[in-house]
Amino acid sequence: MANVSLFLGCVIPNRYPGIEKSTKLCLDKLGVDCVDLKGASCCPAPGVLRSFDKATWLALAGRNIALSEELDRDLLTICNGCYGSLADANHEVKADEQLKKDVNTHLGKIGRSIKGSHDVRHITEFLYKEVGSEKIRDIITHPLELRVAVHYGCHLLKPSKGRIGSSVERPSFFDELVEATGAQSVEYPDKMECCGAGGGVRSALPDEALALTGHKLSMIESAGVDCIVNACPFCHMQLDVGQVDLNEKNGTSHNIPVLHYTQLLGLALGYSVEDLGIDLNAVVDLEFLEKILSDS
Amino acid sequence: MSIRNEPNVLSRMEKTGSDILKCMHCGVCSGSCPSGRHTSLNVRKLLKKARNDTAVLSDDSLWMCTTCYNCQERCPRGIDIVDAIFEIRTLAVHEGIIYPEHRMVGELLLEHGHAVPINEENRAKREALGLDPLPPTVHSFPEGLEEVKKLLASCKFDELMSEK
Repeated sequence: MANVSLFLGCVIPNRYPGIEKSTKLCLDKLGVDCVDLKGASCCPAPGVLRSFDKATWLALAGRNIALSEELDRDLLTICNGCYGSLADANHEVKADEQLKKDVNTHLGKIGRSIKGSHDVRHITEFLYKEVGSEKIRDIITHPLELRVAVHYGCHLLKPSKGRIGSSVERPSFFDELVEATGAQSVEYPDKMECCGAGGGVRSALPDEALALTGHKLSMIESAGVDCIVNACPFCHMQLDVGQVDLNEKNGTSHNIPVLHYTQLLGLALGYSVEDLGIDLNAVVDLEFLEKILSDS
Repeated sequence: MSIRNEPNVLSRMEKTGSDILKCMHCGVCSGSCPSGRHTSLNVRKLLKKARNDTAVLSDDSLWMCTTCYNCQERCPRGIDIVDAIFEIRTLAVHEGIIYPEHRMVGELLLEHGHAVPINEENRAKREALGLDPLPPTVHSFPEGLEEVKKLLASCKFDELMSEK
């Protein structure tokens, strides 16, 4: 199994620290050799900062990747946005010597350089390939009887060049990981659609972002699920806080708990809702929490 | 500079400029666009506009793309559509055309090294979870933050984000 450094990004440690805690608890239980990537910065955010200036985007991504290379470890992300930025930047630098030279001109000013010697991993891809859903099924102690709407999020799979190699239209690996916890992944219309947050839309055009989110939530609700499970804290925020925003704006009554995969897995490993910070979400459905607690 | 000689958006797009000329206007991009189902974004029209009109730089729909990449994955001509949108956005920002909220994201990065920095409420959440109040990122490593600031200056990102 590859040794990894944990890249936290911004939204997880600074808005949803429960996901940071859950990730550490799960990786520890699975015996993954993982250390903090100390001193890392914003990935930087692909939608806005990559749009603004490519050299800046590559330089900051290059520094984060260089920090992980210095530890002789692959870089592990738990966010689709961070994964998108860092995997794409790593891919571009590996494929283009001149580009690598340009990035290293900037990095040289802080005494660092990117070599292109390691890979950028995403927690779901890493768990699927390095641990495997069978092993996860074997070690869980509290199988979950939940109906789950799986939300892959866009940047986990796309752009497909230089990425996981999974189908972008009908992927299944994340569903398999979810079902390894005992939960059932429920099909719903427009499952592969975007949450609405990415590309800087949430930050500057919140009403447009919420239009996409509202549609996605209505499709999920029509399927009758206990919760949404995602692989990205930015989707997590949009689907969680977005419910509160939509309820205030449109008088809807969305009330679906939102869990990052590591929080779902944490429950199946016997940790409590409070251990995993699920109770720190904007949407807290007590009925749902009680159901989990009575099951486990 | 005469209008005739003014470099258009297409010629200023580094990688995807000539690519978007390959577009045959089949509409798969627009039909695949989740944002286009709910907002005024029409990807095909946006890229067509980029061929011959600098007004695309201030087109309202330019920032409605969530970068989901559906259009790019499905384009039968293999055009890197989202990459093209990134390039058009870059030209716009370098012309000083930027939403105040986006400028603020840039400013947060310049100051904290995080686009979404920590606040009191979340320090408390971290402590309640038994985590350190500050994460082991540049928030805990001032020398790391200095490195980030040096890099941002080296790329002239500070100048880009300053009001023109």
